[in-house]
Amino acid sequence: MKKVVIVGGGTGGTILANNLARRLAHELHAGQVSLTVLSASDKHMYQPGLLYVAFGRMEASELYQDQASLLEAGITFHVDPVEKFVLDKNHVVTKSGKTFEYDYLAVATGSRAMPDMVPGMAENAHHVYTVEAATRTCEALRNFQGGKIAVITGVPHKCPMVPLEVTFMMYDYIKDRGLLDKTHIHYTYPIGRVHSLENVAKWAAPEFDRLGITYETLFNAKSVDGAKKQVLSEEGSTVDYDLLIAIPPHKGMEVIEKEGLGKSGFMPTNRGTLNLEGRDNVFVLGDTTNLPISKAGSTAHYEAEALGENLAALVRHGHMVRLYEGKVFCFIEAGKDRATYASFDYMNPPQPKPPTKAIHWFKLAYNRLYWNSVRGLL
Amino acid sequence: MPSTRVIDARGAFCPGPLMELLAAIKEIEVGDSLEVLSTDKGSADDIPEWARKVGHDVIETREDGGVYHVVIRKTK
Repeated sequence: MKKVVIVGGGTGGTILANNLARRLAHELHAGQVSLTVLSASDKHMYQPGLLYVAFGRMEASELYQDQASLLEAGITFHVDPVEKFVLDKNHVVTKSGKTFEYDYLAVATGSRAMPDMVPGMAENAHHVYTVEAATRTCEALRNFQGGKIAVITGVPHKCPMVPLEVTFMMYDYIKDRGLLDKTHIHYTYPIGRVHSLENVAKWAAPEFDRLGITYETLFNAKSVDGAKKQVLSEEGSTVDYDLLIAIPPHKGMEVIEKEGLGKSGFMPTNRGTLNLEGRDNVFVLGDTTNLPISKAGSTAHYEAEALGENLAALVRHGHMVRLYEGKVFCFIEAGKDRATYASFDYMNPPQPKPPTKAIHWFKLAYNRLYWNSVRGLL
Repeated sequence: MPSTRVIDARGAFCPGPLMELLAAIKEIEVGDSLEVLSTDKGSADDIPEWARKVGHDVIETREDGGVYHVVIRKTK
């Protein structure tokens, strides 16, 4: 029997598991293949929904479903996170002490916001990367009565559109509350333009100008002084604030770093095959890779589809059939009721179109359709 | 012994070569270097500009067959 073990029950791990369960349905039924998912939680969270929680447009309870309910029949699921990766012996050991042997291993443990990496950020800035933080951000925005709002962005971070989306959505939120004449929004960004994607930056900067949002590039927060309400950058400049919104720097999961599998918890990954470098039977997907590519749900989704095809072919024929081509698709909320999108891969940059209401409504529909997407039905 | 880590950011539109360097520079020791490979001319200009602004050493910038190589040494 060939054993496939998937570590992580987020977007990448779940789509991969369901994709493989369909491709290998016959082999699973015949007992020729086993497919096991090991996760730290019995719940699955739709993480992009956190942005909407911060603006009071989704309830936190709407973001969760039972992980077991999302998995195809034939998949064995354990809420038992992996604590040891014994790659030389082809097995992992879980928190409960169980050993799971594998012929093929896929690691999709994800990443986490680490506001503690910037002194003062955790105590003084609001963010949208956990339910608690998004709920606190919602409360801070509700209590805001005017002043200077600063947006700071750490590196690396999950979901590359969040800095822009939170800024545009905040603008509309402030406008609707009638506070625009008493509010100044100041956006900062780590590199020399307002977004990493050049064409997105070319669209966003004039939008900022049109809305009166000021911006500063080459700004990497070094520390936050809560008493002075001031952010100091690595580049030596300072930004004052009354309300500080941060996109915190991220790390991969602690177990990856602890096991020596990758600096900052990101595993060295082949950009085409998604193999862990130096390991033919170990694969990495989603935020866990160290690939120079967006940490986004769509990245995990497209990687999972490529890897699903390859793992099924490996199980059946002993060889892979395709490469992951770097595909990413990101919606970009351009306010409360307009959106655009960026679609790109390793070879082709995005060409974002002017925002429309139709794309915004499609994004809102996707917030619900996600549950079909993660089941592999969409 | 100072070391040089290579970041292969060819074809990386997002987050892009400078973002990759900003993430990686936190992970290396003072005195060590990063070599960024990029197919994007803009980042070949951005990286030295950022490094000089912050005070890291720009060791090398060159183009070889459409690939830009930028080497930065961490100074602090």
